[in-house]
Parts: sequence; C-alpha cells; structure tokens
Amino acid sequence: MSENTITFEIDGVEVQGIAGQTIMAAADAVGIYIPRLCAFEGLPPFGSCRICTVKVNGRFQSACTQPIAEGIMVENDTEELLELRRNLVDMLFVEGNHFCMFCEKSGNCELQALAYRFGIAAPKYPYMFPADRNVDATHKDIFIDHNRCVLCARCIRASHDLDGKNVFQFVGRGPQKRIAVNSTAKLVGTDIDVTDQAVAVCPVGAILKKRVGYTIPVGQRKYDHEPIGSDIEANKQ
Amino acid sequence: MTKEQNRIMAKPKVATTSLAGCFGCHMSILDIDERILQLIELIEFDKSPINDIKEFTGECLVGIVEGGCANEENVRVLQDFRKHCKILISLGDCAINGGLPAMRNTIPLKECLDEAYLNGPSVYNPSGQIPNDPEIPLLLDKVYPCHEVVKMDYHLPGCPPSADTIWQTLVALLTDAPLELPYELIKYD
Repeated sequence: MSENTITFEIDGVEVQGIAGQTIMAAADAVGIYIPRLCAFEGLPPFGSCRICTVKVNGRFQSACTQPIAEGIMVENDTEELLELRRNLVDMLFVEGNHFCMFCEKSGNCELQALAYRFGIAAPKYPYMFPADRNVDATHKDIFIDHNRCVLCARCIRASHDLDGKNVFQFVGRGPQKRIAVNSTAKLVGTDIDVTDQAVAVCPVGAILKKRVGYTIPVGQRKYDHEPIGSDIEANKQ
Repeated sequence: MTKEQNRIMAKPKVATTSLAGCFGCHMSILDIDERILQLIELIEFDKSPINDIKEFTGECLVGIVEGGCANEENVRVLQDFRKHCKILISLGDCAINGGLPAMRNTIPLKECLDEAYLNGPSVYNPSGQIPNDPEIPLLLDKVYPCHEVVKMDYHLPGCPPSADTIWQTLVALLTDAPLELPYELIKYD
C-alpha cells in the first residue's frame, strides 16, 4: 500500500482511493455508482447539476468535485439522497420540453436513464412548457434543440478542452440562462464538426447528428435493459 | 352493505377512457391478448370504449385514463372519472405530461387555430371561418396532464405502456399484491 492511498467509507463500507481523486472517481474505481449528469469522464469536473450530491461527514457535497480525504464518511445510497436526486431530475424534466416519445435520443438519454433508475413514473412538479426554446438546424450535419438542453455545459467544456475550439458558451442568468454558439450566424457559422467531442458528449437530445436518428432499434439501445451505472457497478470488488 | 355494494365487492369494475390520446394505450390494453379472458374473471368493464358503454353504471374500483386534457370535454370526463372511480391511473405519456398534443403548449392557441384553419399551406377555407359550433368542445389554453386537473393515484408511463406493464399493474391492484415493476417495464417511449 503506497503512502498515496487514502482510506475512507462509502455507506459504511471501507474503500481505498488515491490522493487527489474525487469521491466520484474513487467510487467508480471500486464499482460504486454515484449518479451524475454533468460529470463526464475526460472532462474537468463542473459541479453544476448536483445529481452526484453525497453527504460527507454529514454535509452535502458534490462527489464530482470533492476530493477524498482520510477517514471521511460518505453517504451515497440513502433514501434521503435518492429523494434529493429524484427531485433534481423531476425539476429538469418539467423545466424544459422533454418529449421522450418522439425524441431521437430516447433509450440513449442520460436524463431519461436517471429517471428510469430512480423509478420515476411522473414528475411531482407542474410542467412549465417554456415557449422560449428554439431549434437551430442551420448546420448541415448537426442541430441543437434547446427544448431538451439541461445546461450541463458538457458541450462547452468538450469544445474548449477536447476539440480545441470554443463553439459553445453560456449566456444569460437564472431562468434565462441558455447555451449559445460563438457566431451571429448560428451553428452554421461556427467551426464545429460532426466528429467533434462537443457533439458526442451531450447527455440528452439537445445536440444531435442529422440523418442518424432512430437507427438503433428499440430493445438494443443503451438503457433499454440495464440501468445507467450498471457498467460501473459491474466492477464491484 | 347494500346489494349494490355487495355486487361491486364481488367483482370490481374497471372503466377506461381516451381523452386527448390516440387510442394507442387502449391498443396496448388489448395487447394483453388471451390474458383478457383472465382479466374478465377478475373484473367487469364499466364505461369504456372497449365495450362501448357510454355512461357510468355505478362506482368503479379502477379508472384507466389515456390522454391529457386538451378541451373542456376532456376535463368533464376526467372529473366524472374521479367521481366514480376509487383508483385513477394515468396510462401513458399523454396522460402524464400531455404528450404529442402538448407540443402546442409552447404556441399561443390563436396561432395554432390560425395555422390549422387559415394560414396552413394546404388549407382551403374561403369563408375564413374557424370552427365554432357549440357542439364542438372548446379548446383549453394548453394541454394539461391529468394530475394537474384531478388527483391521480398511479402513473404508468410509456408511449404506449407495454401490455405487460398494464397487466402486472392491474393484477397487483386487483389481487392486493405489492407491485414491483421490473426495470424494463418502466419506459417513456
């Protein structure tokens, strides 16, 4: 055991991680799934969606940003945190216009998969049906449907950090906050390419490639049979 | 206990309706195939498009509602269901979130009507009239999920929910057994 090893607890089970790891990364490594939406492997942590909220020594922290420390007691799979995460997913569903029944991303959507995993039959909050969300289909290979955007900023981070471009950015504050593109001529005026990571990392059906929708039949999609996080839990030691 | 109550206790009644839906969820009910014979052992259908009974004949144990509320008649039928049914189930995405009809919720109602009856590219309407007969139920300002109109007891998502989802739920309800739907039976599409 190297001196970099840190021992702590998740839900009463002793686990070990490497100094500098976040709680989420350490949990992933030992096969404990902490639900997440804005976090994406390969992108720096962002900590905005709060789905990965855990309790560390009794205080709420986002597992994707909080580093592990010797002896900390992390709560993850508890009724209280499940309720909190369920409420967050409920709010995301009512805040946008999420029509799963015709969405191309259905079955491969991480927001939907979280709702499945949490057993949500219907959101508890009233639907807002916002009217100010538009669709930008100006690009020949890609379109953005702002109705489905959950403001996770994965596209912003991936474009900047992985693609070496700067296609997306947040504009506005509070309820007006939205993703904008770095061009007055909409998406077609940017240097985005269909092979960019910024396109691939969208967890929902907000940024989609054209002409490939519905190619995977129902029953063979990512979350048709196994809940989200099953791949991580398969590594359980 | 009156004779009437006794009869209800003997064989619970189930009512179904399609509000602003496409009848796809009702097709999914019929997709339980030969199990419908077992279902008939357990229940009796009251007001439902399946048997074409138009009005409630009494109190029902379960009311199954497909579709959300797009017009005033939908609201009246839904309130009638609430009054007559002990347990109300939202069946399918339209009942739960308005579904496809709710796509109009982001567009003002007048714009929707103008597009449908005046400005649409294939519209031929020389009189320029938008249908306004008292027989036609008035449209609501937007399409409402059922649980935003009356209290709904259970929600079965899906477009449509699979026959297995419907079957397992009904059997659990009617036999007083706990309902544990497997992961594959809760889907939003």
